[in-house]
Amino acid sequence: MFIFRGPAYEDLNLTPEESQASMQKWYDWIGELSAKGRYMGGDPLLKQGKMLQGNKPVVTDGPFAEGKELLGGYFIIKAESLEEAAQLAMGFPDFKISGSVEVREIMKIPMPS
Amino acid sequence: MSTGTEQPQQLVDHLFRHEAGKMIAVLTRVFGITNLELVEDTVQETFLKALQVWRYGQLPDNPSAWLMRVARNRTIDLIRRQQKLANLSDELSKQLQSSTENAVDQFFLDTEIADSQLRMIFACCHPALHPEDQVALTLRTVSGFGVQEIARALMSTESAIQKRLYRAREFIKSETILFEIPVGQEFSARLEIVYTVLYLLFNEGYNSLKADELIRHDLCAEAIRLCKLLTEHRLGAEPSAFALLSLMCFQASRFGSRIGEDNTIILLQKQDRNKWDHGLIRLGYYYLNRSSTGNKLSVYHIESAIAAEHCLAPDFGSTNWSALLHLYDCLLEQKPTPVVRLNRSIVVAQLEGVHAAIDLILDIPGIRVLLEQHYIYPAVLGDLYGRAGNCNEGRRLLQIASQLTSSLAEKRLLQEKLEALS
Repeated sequence: MFIFRGPAYEDLNLTPEESQASMQKWYDWIGELSAKGRYMGGDPLLKQGKMLQGNKPVVTDGPFAEGKELLGGYFIIKAESLEEAAQLAMGFPDFKISGSVEVREIMKIPMPS
Repeated sequence: MSTGTEQPQQLVDHLFRHEAGKMIAVLTRVFGITNLELVEDTVQETFLKALQVWRYGQLPDNPSAWLMRVARNRTIDLIRRQQKLANLSDELSKQLQSSTENAVDQFFLDTEIADSQLRMIFACCHPALHPEDQVALTLRTVSGFGVQEIARALMSTESAIQKRLYRAREFIKSETILFEIPVGQEFSARLEIVYTVLYLLFNEGYNSLKADELIRHDLCAEAIRLCKLLTEHRLGAEPSAFALLSLMCFQASRFGSRIGEDNTIILLQKQDRNKWDHGLIRLGYYYLNRSSTGNKLSVYHIESAIAAEHCLAPDFGSTNWSALLHLYDCLLEQKPTPVVRLNRSIVVAQLEGVHAAIDLILDIPGIRVLLEQHYIYPAVLGDLYGRAGNCNEGRRLLQIASQLTSSLAEKRLLQEKLEALS
């Protein structure tokens, strides 16, 4: 799983041309991953949310993190190893706008047959 | 999700920019021209939504329609929110809701979008606005350029462009100018300004060697697109508009052959005419044909005919100079400017020799000052003196020209000429 963090797009004040260029990069990346049969799916996350915390949980409204570390979405990808997955994540288009990718392996628990 | 065999999907070049212009025009009709900020925010939100959703999934079949749909829904939301504040009965609210949707949908019809865009062009070209502000505002609201992009295109700073846009917006707000296409006399007068602004946009892209190649190309393409938009509207389809469009096509056909690989200027006589864009030249002839109705011969007709004359000649040597001279005579009648005189003298040099041309240039009113202020005058005159064998005067003028231009490519060209003279 690729977990994407970065600044909220609305804070970047992109021009239409820049928006289009940014989108095209994501598209090319997904296209590349798909062509290798690696891309399994993904979703963007809306900025708004709720957070529950504490012994007597209190509900607060998100966004939760600093502007630059907002959780923006995730991909599910198929890879032979964590190393290969990390290699695939190099194509992430938003490094330049201080975005980051967390690469994690989804744990599959084998069912007893 | 796309499978391995599919090509990555591509958006049409500049789709967002063009859609931004459309949306701004339509939404301005809904919310009024005094609400330009709300309009721009709504457009921004629409793109954010597209950015968010499209990045993770497939492109919609018709991205343009998708964007317009989102903008439309957002618009109706905004209006509903206003209506809720009005504390109306449920019954009336419901009725208003459906009539709002109908009314808004009308604005999103293709023909109405074109109409709104034309209104926006006309509003940006309001005669009370400063010409600089007209250009900046047009690029911003009609063409969807960002502030930074406008600054790059017009060789200005971002803060200067911000200032211009602010000034223009404040004017629009305070004067509550009508978001309509003017009628009668006012219409023809406004149309002239529209031509001037489009011509300026094009030339800014075509001639300013200081800006980078990419943005200059965008600017020319944008001027052509807007001019085409104008000619496709029943009110804008005037002979002069077609003439202007054909002029742009002819000029643009030489865009790629004027600059060498190492960013040097290639003069007309040395350009590889096979590299001219012949598709654009054909388009130029097509629009020039369409411009030949009515009884008005505009400067754009003449300038387009001049450009066509150059495109007609298979090589520099077979240029029909006497036809060009006749055209320049016509142009001079309508536009007796120093630049036209200067260009005419270059044609005269081909026909009657460099001495005649030098005399004509020295006769241009105010030539002393022009020679000291605009690099093109000493550059041309210096070149002519050199060709006439007066190398000293030629060198002196070329050196002045070199000091007057800040473009490296122009400096290099002048340097080459200087070396040839020594």
